[in-house]
Amino acid sequence: MSHFRKSIASVLLSLVASAALADASLLNTSYDVARDVYKDYNPMFQKYWKAKSGESIELKQSHGGSTKQVRAVADGLEADVVTMNQANDIEFLAEKGLVAKDWAKKFPNNASPYTSAMVFIVRKGNPKAIKDWADIAAPGVQMIIPHPKNTGNGRNTYLSAWAWALKQPGGNDAKAQEFLGKLLKNAPLFAAGGRDATTTFMQRKMGDVLITFESEAEMIAKEFGKGDFEVIYPSLTMQTEFPVAVVEKVVDKKGTRKQAQAYLEYLWSKEGQENAAQNYLRPRDAELLKKYAANFPPVKTFTVDEVFGSASKAFAAHFKDGGSFDQIYVAK
Amino acid sequence: MSGSPYFYGQPEFLAKKTETMAAKTHRVLPGFGLALGYTLVYLSLLILLPLGGMILKASELGFGQIMDIALGERSLAAFRVTFGASFLAAAVNAVFGLIVAWILVRYPFPGKRFVDALVDLPFALPTAVAGITLATLYAGNGWLGQYLEPLGIKVAYTPLGIVVALTFITLPFVVRTLQPVIEDIETEVEEAAASLGASRWQTFVKVIFPAIFPALLTGFALAFARAVGEYGSVIFIAGNLPLISEITPLLIISKLEQYDVLGATALAVVMLGLSFILLLSVNLLQWWAANRHRNSEPLEVAAAKASGVTA
Repeated sequence: MSHFRKSIASVLLSLVASAALADASLLNTSYDVARDVYKDYNPMFQKYWKAKSGESIELKQSHGGSTKQVRAVADGLEADVVTMNQANDIEFLAEKGLVAKDWAKKFPNNASPYTSAMVFIVRKGNPKAIKDWADIAAPGVQMIIPHPKNTGNGRNTYLSAWAWALKQPGGNDAKAQEFLGKLLKNAPLFAAGGRDATTTFMQRKMGDVLITFESEAEMIAKEFGKGDFEVIYPSLTMQTEFPVAVVEKVVDKKGTRKQAQAYLEYLWSKEGQENAAQNYLRPRDAELLKKYAANFPPVKTFTVDEVFGSASKAFAAHFKDGGSFDQIYVAK
Repeated sequence: MSGSPYFYGQPEFLAKKTETMAAKTHRVLPGFGLALGYTLVYLSLLILLPLGGMILKASELGFGQIMDIALGERSLAAFRVTFGASFLAAAVNAVFGLIVAWILVRYPFPGKRFVDALVDLPFALPTAVAGITLATLYAGNGWLGQYLEPLGIKVAYTPLGIVVALTFITLPFVVRTLQPVIEDIETEVEEAAASLGASRWQTFVKVIFPAIFPALLTGFALAFARAVGEYGSVIFIAGNLPLISEITPLLIISKLEQYDVLGATALAVVMLGLSFILLLSVNLLQWWAANRHRNSEPLEVAAAKASGVTA
């Protein structure tokens, strides 16, 4: 018992000590696979901030499903900044008054410091000759994606295919929905999440094509080796954004506005952009994009705002109960 | 307490204690008033408060709206999958869990303690790990899946996979409820039945089974209740296709993804109501079985009857 108490005391002490050592402390609430990006970014910012202001700063990270994280912030988790992978999650915080209504204009590039794109991962040699969305909807092809209603990854795939169908000759919403119906028939399952889809495709060898973030392809190469798969860029796909915002209510209360603002601004610095590029996320910086061009082949992309108006509108039309996804499964 | 030494669904040490306590009319715990007060506060804080909050939240929607959510085509399909798979899993465990419990109590064999400890593993394992492991095992290229798939049996990413995951998760409930009860049935009873001429089958059906049936029902009900709420293991093996392999907890998560807390709560309340009705009927069945047994003769007499000899 006394052992237990001692260890608790030491934990408390170290917490107090670290808080006392740092002049300020920020909590960054983030999506799941952002771990790698911010693991490298945080020490860079600490060094930069120390040099610039003389303050030492403590940075804490919280990772989890994007929507879950945002709900925690809305319920009182004191995050100074949110760095997410879906605009509608930050939109939700704006509705709750925690984030500025014009959050997307507070930083350059729609407040998204880096982007990615949805790509196809196929088996070595591309045995089913999958080149574009139409090939995946062909009979006999199996597609592995996470649940389109419950995961950001799945939603991006769904919207990418929808936008592609819209852009085909004579394309309209009705035809796009019909195309999505054909496409989804080729999904033997909906994985629980992005990484689960990857495991199902790579390890359990199910399906002919996996659709995921371009950045994820590099993770697969690290995990399973480059020899087993090929990356295919479709003729049109979604440019996925990773929006960031300062949580106004929290920074005002904690007095950390200056630090939080600097923390996010630094994402657009050369160092911040290069860190994103090294994590296989497309930097906004044109020079760096050129420097890492080997990792980022040119691809024709669209943004959600261009095709669907906004992330929230896209969500409401397609993924809310009774939206186009439900209509495909439940004819009503 | 009718003074019968057979208590159902209680751990052995408790059964023994109540027995001695009844004999001495001495109570270890402080007086009735204090204990009852404590019980009420504890249960209120732990169970009634969260449940009450949930029901209150759901009542923001009218009854009609809740029913609309519950009777949607996808919700109905999910209820069917959830309750159907849970029932099957609990039923499978009622049969095979009984065998496991019987072996563990009645027969000495090398490694018995190890096997006994194995039974608890599904309790300890994070459910997501269980789901991922089972999906890997039963996938088309998995250790088991590679033999099953050529036979046309697909387990991973089908409703059958859900049953497999739930069976795994709920095994300890049946075994652990049955063990103390089987320990309480002395082997002499079986010997008595045999010596009076009862066949093995007669001994089992007329002597053993009535004694363990209430505990078996308890184990079944616990397993079923646990299975209905299970999420972590199922989503990794279910396939999650709408109308085919979506479970209700997945629909609840899906509502939360839409920030539709009300809708999620409504589904949860309906699920809770259905579970409550089912558990209540199991309890009634158990009560009836226990009563019938308690009012009847002691086991020795049952043994005699089973063999056709009148006492």
